[in-house]
Amino acid sequence: MDFDFPNEIKVVKRTAREFAQQNIAPRVEEMERTGEFPPALTREMAEVGLLGLITPKEYGGAELGYLARTVALQEISRVSAAVGLALQVHHMQVAALADWGSDAQKRKHLPALDKGEYLGAVAVTEPTGGSDLMGMASTARAEGDGYVCNGRKCFITNYKHAGAPVVVLKTGEGSKGLSAFLIEKGTPGFSAGRHENKMGMRGSDTGEFILKDCRVPSANLVGDEGDGMKAALKTISETGRPGMAAVALGVLEACYEEAVKFAKGRTLYGKPIATLQAIQWHVADIHMDLETARLVCYRASWLKDKGRDCSVDMTTAKVVATEAAMRASRKALEIHGGCGTMAEYPVSRLFRDAMVCVSSGGTTEIGKIVVSRAALS
Amino acid sequence: MKPLRCAVCIKPVPDPTRWSKLRLDPETLLLCRDEVPAVINPLDRNAIELARGLGGSVSVLTMAAPDAEEHLREALAMGCDQAFLLTDKAFAGADTLATAKVLAAALRKLGELDLILCGGYSLDGSTAQVGPQVAELLGLPDLPHVFKLEFKGSGLRCHCRTDSGHAIVEAELPALVTLDKGANQPRLASMIGIREASSKKLTVWSAKDLGLDPSQTGLRGSPTRMLGITIPDLKRKGDVLQGSPAQAAVELVTRLRKEKVLP
Repeated sequence: MDFDFPNEIKVVKRTAREFAQQNIAPRVEEMERTGEFPPALTREMAEVGLLGLITPKEYGGAELGYLARTVALQEISRVSAAVGLALQVHHMQVAALADWGSDAQKRKHLPALDKGEYLGAVAVTEPTGGSDLMGMASTARAEGDGYVCNGRKCFITNYKHAGAPVVVLKTGEGSKGLSAFLIEKGTPGFSAGRHENKMGMRGSDTGEFILKDCRVPSANLVGDEGDGMKAALKTISETGRPGMAAVALGVLEACYEEAVKFAKGRTLYGKPIATLQAIQWHVADIHMDLETARLVCYRASWLKDKGRDCSVDMTTAKVVATEAAMRASRKALEIHGGCGTMAEYPVSRLFRDAMVCVSSGGTTEIGKIVVSRAALS
Repeated sequence: MKPLRCAVCIKPVPDPTRWSKLRLDPETLLLCRDEVPAVINPLDRNAIELARGLGGSVSVLTMAAPDAEEHLREALAMGCDQAFLLTDKAFAGADTLATAKVLAAALRKLGELDLILCGGYSLDGSTAQVGPQVAELLGLPDLPHVFKLEFKGSGLRCHCRTDSGHAIVEAELPALVTLDKGANQPRLASMIGIREASSKKLTVWSAKDLGLDPSQTGLRGSPTRMLGITIPDLKRKGDVLQGSPAQAAVELVTRLRKEKVLP
C-alpha cells in the first residue's frame, strides 16, 4: 500500500499552495470585511487551471481527477475556506454538466466555465430546505417548445457570478417529478435576490435566484425531464460532499498550524504554553483529527477516480472531516485563550468557517442517515 | 532570430517553509534532505520562466536522487519540453565541482545548445559556484547574477548585479547565464500543464550513460571536504556611555577615532 501521492498530485498540491499564498492570502481580510467574493479571482483561478481541474479533456479541461481536486481544494481552503467553497461549488456545476449535459451544452458551457467567463453554481435549496428535495415548490411548467419557470432558490453559493447555473425545478410529482435546467444570466424573468450575510465563509457569495415567468427552452434541460432528482443526488453526493470534506480538511490543517504556532510562541509563567499538558492534549487531538480526516477523504476521492461506487464513502468523508474541523477549530480557539476571540487571529475565522462546513452539502445528521442506510441494507 | 535551444539546470532544495525541521547528519555533516520535502530552487524557477518565454526548445536537467522526478515533472508542467534526471549512487555527496562535472557531461551529451540557464545560487548551499563552474568546464562565457537580459545581434546583453551596483556585460552565444532575484516573475504550473507533463519525455542518465568514471564523481570526486560546521556568534557587545549627553558624545567621538572610524 503506497501512501505517497503520485508526482502529478504532488505538483498540483504545491501549485495550489503557492497560488493560495500569492493570490488569495492578501485578500482574506477584505473578504471578511466585505462578505463578498473578489471577482478578479475567478480569472486568476482560471489561468492556473483550477476551474477546469476536473473538466473532461475533450472540453478543454485538465481532467486531473478527484484526488487532485481534493488536494487542491484543501490547499486553497487552508488559506481561505470561502474561496474553497466557491471553487468546489463551481466544480459541482462542471460535474453536473459533464455527467448529465448534452454535447451542445457541454461545448457551450464547459470551456466558458474553465476560462472563468463565469463561475458555476447549482441551485437546489429552497426556503423549505436543501435536503428535502421532494418538498421543493419552485416549478417549471411545459409550454410550447420550452418551460415557464417560477419560484425562489436560496442559499446559492456563487449566485452573483454564475453565468448559467444548473437549477433544479419541479416538473411533476414523485421522484421523477424534478428536472434540471441551465438558466442563463440575462434570461427574462431570472434574477438574483438578496445577498446573505453569513457568520462564516464570508468571502463566498451566497444568495437567491428568483424565477418569475422565466421562459427556458427545452434544449436547456440537463438530462431528460424527470432526471433532476438523480442528477442532484449524484452531484451532491459525489462532488458536493467530497468538496466540502476537502474544504474542511483545509480548515483542519490551518487550525493545526495556528495552534502549534501560538502554543510555541505564547509565553505564560516564563515558559511557552506548549509545555503545559492541557495545551499538548489539545494539539494532539487536532493532529489526530487531521490525520484521520486526511485518510478518509483521500481514500474516498481515490475510489471515485477508480470509477468505483463511492457515494457512501464521500458522505463518510464529509461528516468525518467537517465534524473534525469543528472540534479542531474549537480547540485551536481554546489554545489561543482570549486572543482567539480577536479578529486579527485567524482562528476565529476558522471556527466560523468550520461551522458553515458542517451544514453545507447536507448536515451531519443527513450524512448519518445515508451511511446507516448503507450499513443496515 | 532563430528559435533558441535552451537548457535549464535546476536543483531540488528543502522547502524553506519547513527549515525548522532540517538537521545535519552528525557523521557526514550533510543535510538530511529526505526528512523535509523539497521544492525547485526559487531562482531556478526564474531560469525556467525565462527559457520558456524565448520560444525555442527547453531541456531541463537536474543531478539528484531518483525522487527528483517530481520536480522535473513540475518543470515540464511549467513548459519545458524534455527532462533529464542525472542520478547514480556514485553522484551522492558531490561538492559544487563534482556536480558541475556531471551537469557539464550531460549538457555536452545534449548536443548543440545556444543558451544554458541556472539559478544564481541555491537556497540551501548558496555557493553560487555550480553555474560558473559548468560554464568553465564547457568553455562558455559565464554571465553571473543577471537580473535583466536582452538579445543583441547574435549575442546577449546582460545586466549583472555586483556587490557595489550592477554591470552591463555582453557575450556571444552560446553562453551560460545565472539568474538573480527580480529577473522575472515565474508563473505557476497550470493544471493542464501538469496533465501534459506526465506524457512528456523524461530521460534518466547514470554515470555510465554520461561516460563518467564513478571515482571522479560524488563524494570521492569532490575536492572539498566538510571538516566542521559552526554557527557564528552574532551577539554584539553593548556599552552604555555614562555622563551627560555632551560627555557621552565626547567619549563616543574619542572611541570612534581610536577605532579609526572617524579621522
